[in-house]
Amino acid sequence: MAQAPSPGPLVDSCEDERPRWDSKFQYLLSCIGFAVGLGNIWRFPYLCQTHGGGAFLIPYFIALVFEGIPLFHIELAIGQRLRRGSIGVWTAICPYLGGVGLGCFTVNLLVSLYYNTVLVWVLWYFLNSFQYPLPWSSCPLDLNRTGLVGECQGSSPVSYFWYRQTLNITADIEDSGTLQWRLVMCSAACWAVLYLCVIRGIETTGKAIYFTALFPYLVLTIFLIRGLTLPGAIEGLMYLFTPDMQILQNPRVWLDAATQIFFSLSLAFGGHIALASYNPPRNNCKKDAVTIALVNSLTSLYASITIFSVMGFKATNDYRQCLDSNILSLINEFDFPEQSIPRDDYPAVLMRLNTTQPDRVAQLPLKACCLKDFLDKSASGPGLAFIVFTEAILHMPGAPGWAVLFFGMLFTLGLSSMFGNMEGIITPLLDVGVLPKGVPKEALTGLACLASFLLATCFTLQSGSYWLEIFDNFAASLNLIIFAFLEVVGVIYVYGMRRFCDDIEWMTGRRPSLYWRLSWWAVSPMLLLGILLAYIVLLAQRPPSYKAWSPQHEQFPSREEKLYPGWVRVICMLLSFLPLLWVPAVALAQLLAQHRRRLKDTQPDTSMKPEEGRGC
Amino acid sequence: MLWLLFFLVTVIHAELCQPDAENAFKVRLSIRRALGDKAYVWDTNEESLFRAMVAFSMRKVPNRETTEISHVLLCNVTQRVSFWFVVTDPSKNHTLPAVEVQSAIRMNRNRINNVFFLNDQTLEFLEIPSTIAPPMDPPVPIWIIIFGVIFCIVIVAITLLVLSGIRQRRRKNKGSSEVDDAEEKCENTITIENGIPCDPLDLKGGHINDVFVTEDERLTPL
Repeated sequence: MAQAPSPGPLVDSCEDERPRWDSKFQYLLSCIGFAVGLGNIWRFPYLCQTHGGGAFLIPYFIALVFEGIPLFHIELAIGQRLRRGSIGVWTAICPYLGGVGLGCFTVNLLVSLYYNTVLVWVLWYFLNSFQYPLPWSSCPLDLNRTGLVGECQGSSPVSYFWYRQTLNITADIEDSGTLQWRLVMCSAACWAVLYLCVIRGIETTGKAIYFTALFPYLVLTIFLIRGLTLPGAIEGLMYLFTPDMQILQNPRVWLDAATQIFFSLSLAFGGHIALASYNPPRNNCKKDAVTIALVNSLTSLYASITIFSVMGFKATNDYRQCLDSNILSLINEFDFPEQSIPRDDYPAVLMRLNTTQPDRVAQLPLKACCLKDFLDKSASGPGLAFIVFTEAILHMPGAPGWAVLFFGMLFTLGLSSMFGNMEGIITPLLDVGVLPKGVPKEALTGLACLASFLLATCFTLQSGSYWLEIFDNFAASLNLIIFAFLEVVGVIYVYGMRRFCDDIEWMTGRRPSLYWRLSWWAVSPMLLLGILLAYIVLLAQRPPSYKAWSPQHEQFPSREEKLYPGWVRVICMLLSFLPLLWVPAVALAQLLAQHRRRLKDTQPDTSMKPEEGRGC
Repeated sequence: MLWLLFFLVTVIHAELCQPDAENAFKVRLSIRRALGDKAYVWDTNEESLFRAMVAFSMRKVPNRETTEISHVLLCNVTQRVSFWFVVTDPSKNHTLPAVEVQSAIRMNRNRINNVFFLNDQTLEFLEIPSTIAPPMDPPVPIWIIIFGVIFCIVIVAITLLVLSGIRQRRRKNKGSSEVDDAEEKCENTITIENGIPCDPLDLKGGHINDVFVTEDERLTPL
């Protein structure tokens, strides 16, 4: 340990047994892998597209500088200094704030359950990509073998494969349906792979991260090169990145930028605290924070270039197909020779025919084809990956290979994020000492993975994806913002700005500059409060609803908007507020314990109790 | 007289084969879409081949074995390429019922397609639906095979890691139990020097320097 007296709470002498990273690069890669996840691929490009293209980068980088990096620095610093997972860190800073750690731990648990379910879906698609033709390229035949399945013909083969052959979704959340054994099998495989990688904590994840964190970058590059050579890619890129400065006047854009930065960096999960706790105490966590945050944002940008070029290709393809079907209708009706109307001449020919023979033209099923309409079609989340992108892949030559690469990339992206999540669960459990000393770490990780697998089977029900949406919207968002707010306030105001700056000076050798202190003291808490209020206002404005896939709906294939029934709304409330209850519960428990101790203490104190040494 | 008869016959033929006539079918070919550069030109030779194929299909129907190529009439050939055709009976006065023609064409659709190097989408018989080919289902879905491979690899790897972990722990336990035995001998003597117990100096926390352990070997044996 250091020769200089280290300020702050005492650290146990068994610190030497704490596992360590093999190298700084491994640690950085683990943090980057945790931060860079599926959201960088399917949330950021969507936000960029709907919020004015290049103009979105302005609020995004402002949020990064004033909210993302300062909060991230705090997490890494406290993890590295106190060398504990999230529960231990908060118990060490101030016992009354121990609930923050427990709350983060609970949210982390809930998020791990549904995040891994997305990986299950990705794995299912990955396993189905090893065949030609791809199963989502054509509709299957119906039972009589006289035609194609009605549900598929009404929507599209890609949607049918996603909603029926993958999820086998019910039309209502109240109708749970049965367990889908295919998804249960894939779930078992996913949790087994995860267990294999986290079996010995950072000893094994440290080896696995070299592949899971670097492979996505390789695939993104390959897709970028392929995407840029496809027809229509450049138009797509130019259209989607063209900035629309007017959009910055919409407060929704700033809110989305702030929340995107927050969730993209995976703050307040406790994962970064856990990962940083394995660092040597004297490590420049400030440089780490800036590096990892910048890499995360640049990855988002890089991914959106790739996604936009492929989306541009898809839009051009759809536009050409629309034109071609119109031209074919004209040719068939008027018996023109084949391929006699080039795509560019179509408007002129149509006008000429409309003036000479309007009645014959009127009865043809001609669609309005506009490239801009196709480019404006945006999707985010699973819709982007499993419907839009899979359809784009169908039109690329060598489609199975591209599908394998794409879903392999998504799987490794999600897996490296899951490493951070699992560390955020396992490290606090190990520190608290949930299992007796003799039990090996492999047993603890095995139990954690097994319990999570059993709990996550509820997402493999037919209504599973509706429940996943609920968890995504309610379990993660409000709670994490409140916990992040409590983190900043707890560290800066309760632990003390001066003491924290002393700690950082001890660790990195330099005292934090004015930018850091101002951000921690005022800017970040205010931003977080702003986001919180905006969230609550938006939530209160309209009753929560969901979009159901119902073949009986009149406007099929559009999804039917339904309100959540009462009992589901109660569950949403519970998910939003139960993790928060840890904070007052633990504070109260500490108060009672302190009160009882003071009543018991009739003799004067002979030794300084550690809790009294803290300014808490 | 003969030219009058010829004129009558062609007129009757013209009436039998007309767009939207009774029992007439429209055919549409998309040769350029199917074959690209290798597309052939649709001329009268191709037309007579088509008529031969239709006649061939009709001859396979039980009562119609005497259908000749001359019984198949084509008309309204456009540049698209599309035309109408009817099949007449031997007297050339009536057209055969559409149902019979339709079933005959459907039975031999594949052969007709192959003769012209086309498929169901590029050689269209409007109003004659094509039979959909049955799906090719492999006995074991491919995804199960790949799933089995991945799952087996993962289980084997987990087992290996767990076993190696157990072995490592057993080795560490054996090592630490030897340390415990040595400690029992020194337990009775705890010397204190300068107020600091010499505990850190003995085997519990210290390292054994091998250079000094084998001191007895420096002395040559007698």
